[in-house]
Amino acid sequence: MAYTVEGKGPSHIGIRMSNDAPPSHKEEARAQAEEALFGFWVFLMSDLIIFSMLFATYATMTHALAGGPGPKQLFDIHSAALETIALLLSSFTCGLATLYMRYDGSVKKTLLWFVVTLLLGAVFLSLELHDFIAMAAKGGVPSRSGWLSASWALIGTHGLHVTTGCIWLLIMFAQVAKFGLDPLVQTRFMRLALFWHFLDVVWIGIFSIVYLLGVIS
Amino acid sequence: MSADPRRERRQELHGYIAGLCLALILSAIPFAAVMTGALPRAGIVWTIAIAALCQVMVHFRLFLHIDLSRSHRDDLQLILFSLLIVVLMVGGTLWVLGNQRAMMG
Repeated sequence: MAYTVEGKGPSHIGIRMSNDAPPSHKEEARAQAEEALFGFWVFLMSDLIIFSMLFATYATMTHALAGGPGPKQLFDIHSAALETIALLLSSFTCGLATLYMRYDGSVKKTLLWFVVTLLLGAVFLSLELHDFIAMAAKGGVPSRSGWLSASWALIGTHGLHVTTGCIWLLIMFAQVAKFGLDPLVQTRFMRLALFWHFLDVVWIGIFSIVYLLGVIS
Repeated sequence: MSADPRRERRQELHGYIAGLCLALILSAIPFAAVMTGALPRAGIVWTIAIAALCQVMVHFRLFLHIDLSRSHRDDLQLILFSLLIVVLMVGGTLWVLGNQRAMMG
């Protein structure tokens, strides 16, 4: 596999990363890593457009209940609050993990906090799954009404993103086991952290617009 | 770049802790407003909207490290341009379909 970028050794890559490269190499490395992170931002923003359109669809469907159950009957606000806390804490632990990775180069602490992030992600997903099952049990299946289709699509897309993030974390653990915290693994972790923080930002929109505005409608 | 990584590290750590505290408070406020129902409906809606906007800014600044420094200028421009596209598309969708609903509903 290509563990070099454009013919340069992995030690050339690093944006505020713990490596032993001389300062001139570090500057060059920083520029390369910033480029990689910028590319990832382009992806995140295209993802933001997807979510925005799902939000727009949801907003146009708020009255399309077709006589089916509405947010008041289907949403459990306490569950949404727990999910919010789990995802927020996971965003924090993800930040801590990158901090230990970039400044201390400590494999142990980095992995510990990423494992906590993964566990919190799993807590979030199991709560969400529980919500979906409870909704379906009350007749709130996606085919019931336009509003339900839009809700399942929006919340489900976010849930799938979090699932992807969890799988990505597992893959990164395998990479750390094989390569250690080498500079390329570090930039991947940094992109994963951006992805994870971004998903928490999208969740702010979901709990505010779907859950909170839903139950007071 | 700052020459002292230890100071930078401490600042960043404090940033994450501050981000967590602010985000927790800004999440708790709208949830509390909805659960207690202490405010009139319009007040709750405004509380939710303002708290969400503030929380998004806290996340971008303290978790995603987007600020006005030169090294983040490209990221910031990309984000602002994407936001423009989002505002046009979401605003347009709501405007057109909202009118349609009002006139045909």
